[in-house]
Amino acid sequence: MDFPVFHLDILGNRGLIAVIATLHVLVNHGLAVGMMPLVAAMEWYGHRRGDARWDRLAYRILFVCFLITTTVGALTGVGIWLSVSLVNPYSIGSLIRVFFWAWFVEWLVFITEVLLILAYTLTWKRWSTGAAKVRHIRLGFALAFFSWVTMAIIVSILGFMMDPGNWLSQQTLWSGFANPIYLPQLAFRTPLAAAMAGVIAMFLVPFFVKREDPFRATALRAIAVWTLVAAPLVLAGGLWYFSVVPEAMRENFGVALASLAFAEWQQRFLEIAALTVIAILVVVQVAIARPNLLPRVALLVPFVAILWMTGHFERVREFVRKPYVIGSYMYANGFRVEDYPLLQRDGVLAYATYSNPLTPAEQAGLPQGLSEAERTARLAEIQLGKDVFMTTCSRCHTGHGVNAVTAHLKRMFGDRPWEPELTAGYIESMHDAQPYMPPFPGNRRELKLLGAYLHHLQTNDAPVPGAQQAGVVVVTPEARAAAATGRPPATRAAAMPRTSETAAR
Amino acid sequence: MSPTTPVPHDIPLPMPAPEPLLVAVLIVFFLMHIVFVNLMVGGALMSLYYELRGLKEKRYDRLAYEIAATITANKSIAVVLGVGPLLAINTLYTVYFYTANALTGAFWIAIVPLVIVAFVLTYVHKYLWHQMERVRWLHIAVAAAACLLFLFIPLIFLTNVNLMLFPDKWGSVQGFFSALALPNVLPRYAHFILACPAMTGLLLVWLFRRRPEAEIAEMGFSRAELVRLGYRWAFWPTMAQFIVGPIAFFTLPHVASPIGGVIAAFGLSFLLAFALCVVMIREIRGPDGSIGRRFGTTCALMLAVVALMGVGRHLYREAAVAPHRAQVEAKTKDYIRRADEARRAAQARDGAPASVRP
Repeated sequence: MDFPVFHLDILGNRGLIAVIATLHVLVNHGLAVGMMPLVAAMEWYGHRRGDARWDRLAYRILFVCFLITTTVGALTGVGIWLSVSLVNPYSIGSLIRVFFWAWFVEWLVFITEVLLILAYTLTWKRWSTGAAKVRHIRLGFALAFFSWVTMAIIVSILGFMMDPGNWLSQQTLWSGFANPIYLPQLAFRTPLAAAMAGVIAMFLVPFFVKREDPFRATALRAIAVWTLVAAPLVLAGGLWYFSVVPEAMRENFGVALASLAFAEWQQRFLEIAALTVIAILVVVQVAIARPNLLPRVALLVPFVAILWMTGHFERVREFVRKPYVIGSYMYANGFRVEDYPLLQRDGVLAYATYSNPLTPAEQAGLPQGLSEAERTARLAEIQLGKDVFMTTCSRCHTGHGVNAVTAHLKRMFGDRPWEPELTAGYIESMHDAQPYMPPFPGNRRELKLLGAYLHHLQTNDAPVPGAQQAGVVVVTPEARAAAATGRPPATRAAAMPRTSETAAR
Repeated sequence: MSPTTPVPHDIPLPMPAPEPLLVAVLIVFFLMHIVFVNLMVGGALMSLYYELRGLKEKRYDRLAYEIAATITANKSIAVVLGVGPLLAINTLYTVYFYTANALTGAFWIAIVPLVIVAFVLTYVHKYLWHQMERVRWLHIAVAAAACLLFLFIPLIFLTNVNLMLFPDKWGSVQGFFSALALPNVLPRYAHFILACPAMTGLLLVWLFRRRPEAEIAEMGFSRAELVRLGYRWAFWPTMAQFIVGPIAFFTLPHVASPIGGVIAAFGLSFLLAFALCVVMIREIRGPDGSIGRRFGTTCALMLAVVALMGVGRHLYREAAVAPHRAQVEAKTKDYIRRADEARRAAQARDGAPASVRP
């Protein structure tokens, strides 16, 4: 909207967030939230039984978790934030203003969690006997608790993005926090984390306990029981979650379409969840009955299934909130719902501070035989169209990469020329046919400009650079007025005072 | 302000807390964060230095290992303490921060993988120290790679927080390197880098001042030697700051608002830094038996210097953005007013909900 537009034209902006967030969820759920109680339980059990083998195994598993959570885990957590603030600063900026205190408390809990995992790992060998050991075990359970609390806080923000509940009318922190999707989502993620940890721990056991050692079977069996308890709860949490989602989604979508699209997703999720739970149960049965016959690769099956299910779950979560990024408050393009009447009247460019300059490569592909004046006019139009594209489409779509507008247009219109009237007409009413698309926020003139740009993209496949590569051009008031009224397209760059910097461009 | 200075509008939601509170969160936690970053970077550099010296004299290798062992905890605390200030800067400087992020976006997001790799390398360096004794060159290469990363990453942060102060440059910057070339980034970077061994030097004094005699003897040093060594690391870089600090100050771009408070804060910290150096040189030159007695005073002075630096830095930032921020506020208000009017007009016209095309 009113920040320079960061843009990745190959991976796509959502791709960047997805890569970082997926890694984070995997590490957070599997190695922290789910694993810490398991490790603490193993330490406690070994202490109670006076069996040092449990202690050794627990420490080795913890050490693996320590290495990964304090590197990949911690940094991808910050990374989600950094990537979202690049891709959709309006949404994260708004969320931070609403959830500042929730995030602040989460941060204090996070500090506690980090200090606890440092203390828990680094004192393991020193606090090994008597009262010190008891204290150490308590430290482990405290760590487990705080790991869970950090997740419990963040999940409320995720739930809020899908359904702000009463926040829209009350605008208080608590009304946002107590949104209706919160508890079901937490009820799903908690056993999911435990099951993930169980599967990962079973995978690690053979690395740390030799095949000949009878303890290997004992350990596998015990961890299998842990996983066995968690697995059905995953399914139960998933069912609860999916029973409240349609209500939230009906506010976003038309009823018929919502139920149609949703039924498909739900069906798919339930199939995957059932398969996952069955895979876990089968492997766990083998681990309990014949632990020595369980090949290590077999553990990859439930692990991959859990990842698949989690991935699908997160995609559904992302899908459900569309066309919004914050339910009923802000569309995925970063524009507030209540700004639409203004923008659809005056145009988005009338309030845009920056223009996204066309690179020389992007200027190629104009029709042959244009006079210099025609060329200039055409480029000016394409420039404005690109600005409309960058402001209204580029948060989700690329020019030629992942989820490319050109791919969608090619699917719909094939190789015939994408005349501006054709594409503009489609985009104008696209949100009626495809309820997960936000309505176009600009005015009719901007629809045509966007159409002209899309037409140009049909013959120009140069990557569309973001502000991080090409920089931005500051739009002067004169240029803005020209853009708003549609006066002859004096180029926006030409409307700027020529400085050495703009001249170089 | 030139006509090419962009004046965007801000996010139309109120601040979540009183501004002074957010400022306090920003300054206090940022300073805590930066001290641990200093310890992490300084620790990595000094561990590498002593490991190289340890090739000839074994006891330095043991010292290098001791220093390497501190990085594990310090780096985790550094990361976690950075989150709070990030929250505060997101609210207080929304327009400035996000704009600078986007303009240097490729490098800004590269912080995530770069830090992960640097951390993994420090783990390899620490936990495989004894296993890698036969491939010493590789072990040293690991430390050197981690050091290079630790030296580069702060440059990304500095470039960003520098760029955010100067809206008149936003239209002319093209990517990270052109933002890096803005005046003042490199002097501030030198100022930061020099603080790293200084802080880590004090950490060494703290580590060895009270450590049991047997453990000290095992390392092959006397206690006074180690404490003195820590003080030297703190003393010489701090002396160099008397040159680098004023350069960093005088290369700060001119701002229109008065900066009396900035000068006062930096001036006072200059005087206190002088006192700090006097105390440290007396420790270094003093007899072995009494070395370390003034450690409390040293730390208190260092804390005061760092706190004044933080205050001065904040006051300058405020002075740099104040006139521009007033324009942004006016524009945001105007935007909200227009949006409200347009919405009411649309509703009056056809009773349509806000999101439906007029």
